[in-house]
Amino acid sequence: MKIHEYQAKELFRRHGVAVPEGAVAFSLEEARAVASRLGAFPVVVKAQIHAGGRGKGGGVKVARDQSQLDASAAGILGMNLVTRQTGPEGRRVKKILIEQGLDIAKELYLSILPDRATAQMIIMASEAGGMDIEEVAEKTPHRIIKILVNPLLGIQAYHLRAAAYGLNLPAEAVKPFMALLKSLFQLCVAYDCSLVEINPLVLTANQRVLALDAKMDFDDNALYRHPDVQAFRDLDEENPTEVEASRYHLNYIHLGGDGNVGNMVNGAGLAMATMDCIKLAGGKPVNFLDVGGGASAEQIENGFRILQSDPHVKAILINIFGGILRCDRLANGVVQAARKVGIRVPVIIRMEGTNLEEGRRILAESGLNLINAADLKDAAQKLQGVIQQP
Amino acid sequence: MSIFVNKETRLVVQGITGKEGQFHTRACAEYGTRVVAGVTPGKGGQKMDAIPVFDTVAAAVAATGADASMIFVPPPFAADAIMEAADARVPLVVCITEGIPVMDMLRVKNYLAGKPVRLIGPNCPGIITPGECKIGIMPGAIHKPGSIGVVSRSGTLTYEAVHALTGIGLGQSTCIGIGGDPVNGTNFIDCLGAFQADPATSGIVMIGEIGGNAEEEAAAFIKANVTKPVVGFIAGLTAPPGRRMGHAGAIISGRSGTGQSKVAALRENGITVCPNLADLGDVCAQALRA
Repeated sequence: MKIHEYQAKELFRRHGVAVPEGAVAFSLEEARAVASRLGAFPVVVKAQIHAGGRGKGGGVKVARDQSQLDASAAGILGMNLVTRQTGPEGRRVKKILIEQGLDIAKELYLSILPDRATAQMIIMASEAGGMDIEEVAEKTPHRIIKILVNPLLGIQAYHLRAAAYGLNLPAEAVKPFMALLKSLFQLCVAYDCSLVEINPLVLTANQRVLALDAKMDFDDNALYRHPDVQAFRDLDEENPTEVEASRYHLNYIHLGGDGNVGNMVNGAGLAMATMDCIKLAGGKPVNFLDVGGGASAEQIENGFRILQSDPHVKAILINIFGGILRCDRLANGVVQAARKVGIRVPVIIRMEGTNLEEGRRILAESGLNLINAADLKDAAQKLQGVIQQP
Repeated sequence: MSIFVNKETRLVVQGITGKEGQFHTRACAEYGTRVVAGVTPGKGGQKMDAIPVFDTVAAAVAATGADASMIFVPPPFAADAIMEAADARVPLVVCITEGIPVMDMLRVKNYLAGKPVRLIGPNCPGIITPGECKIGIMPGAIHKPGSIGVVSRSGTLTYEAVHALTGIGLGQSTCIGIGGDPVNGTNFIDCLGAFQADPATSGIVMIGEIGGNAEEEAAAFIKANVTKPVVGFIAGLTAPPGRRMGHAGAIISGRSGTGQSKVAALRENGITVCPNLADLGDVCAQALRA
């Protein structure tokens, strides 16, 4: 799960990670109120959306006086912000962060995440702050310091020193940096983060160390033990179809773009492979939908309805390998759904596994126009035929 | 022969009295697995069917000599269950549970390091040696004893591979789902090494997916260490970056973990890659038939 910068900074502040003074605003009036509380210009106006690259997209502006503040806040609030992470459709900005401007002496990069390859926590730091870190990693890997921390041991002083001295910090900044890194590490572990990233972390002219930006991603599997993080969920930032699907505990991902084939599958791996099959058959998957091993007829019905509600969908491929989810149950779910919502586009069904014959019988006897595929190859051919029709 | 489990394996089921635990314990026992004990704290002394239930894994092992465990404990308690099994010196722990927090698995993985225990999973269908022993939730009937080893990060894709193999008359020596989480126990390389060493295995099917670099590492390992034919398949070539595709571990982070890089790594190391799941049977028939 993702949260906004202003929410991450709230957690930072609570856990001893220094951040600039500031607050979120939902309107021009609120923005003015925050600025007047801050008491001095310049202030920085930052669009709050769940995507990076906001600065380049025009979502971050410095205001040196009241009129600039008004212009920036009014301009950013409500704008459709397009960044490298939003896709061409962009994201509507509904809130802004108003922050005290700082006298920046140096920009650094700092992140902490669980490293799947080593099963250690990894701290990454670089003097190349404020840049795209993947690009730094690709072109100048020596500019990134990596420090592994055993999760059973936790963060030690020598880890902190390795980062501080590796970053060539001025002597006065070493202690505040180490304090910040220790707090940040503890925050990352305590909140089950899949990533904590500060880019840039800044040294000010008077040797303070602050998180100018803040990004926190959370492990969805651990949200059950963090109700305060769950409260940060912002449905405005999520795809409405995904939000609807999540109400029925369906694992649905909207792929966007120019997809034209909906699909419903059991199992995440098979769902991905089915998307790939659709592409190889000349179509473009519109979604990922894993109904899981124990899907009920109601879930299948809702999945089917959601797929059909997408106007871009020209065909639907249902691909089920019945293990725990038996073919007869799937067939009943599809028939029930099709009777209720009707069949708007060609529906191709490939089933295999437990109770296959019973499942096929239910589909055949339904009298519905469902296209039965003998196997995956046949399904791909039938799909190809359907989408090639004008 | 086979790897990791066979007809001698004695199974204890952690979480045996839960709904899933009961259902799958029965399916395993029906398949022929020797289920000797169950564990549910607070239900020691009871029975599930004829299987004695204990309060702790240590008590179950002491009373029954169980040498493998299957875990159906809910996610908040699963890490603890894995460590309990390891502490009771169970040499093989198969964790089916999906949804264990990564931080919990980091601690488990480091706790298990250096201990004489093999963890399979979590978030996996389990392991089966057809005709001998099934530890997990896979449909037993699709399998057929034989000489092809199957290792996969995905449950249903394992079933697809087994179904394709059985369909062309190739049975399986052992099939292992290593799980879809970013941090797991047994990895591709462990299984590939064991299949290479197993005289009853003549060929291998390896099924990977987007996220991490386990497939790239496995590809290099195969080139250096595996002489038996290997067919690879990678799921998720059309998956977008930054989204978790169902499995917690199936995510392209920035530019790393793409399906394309995995397919390239397999091909560069001389491994046959099946580009389309629909063709898996044909590709296996060509590459794996002796």
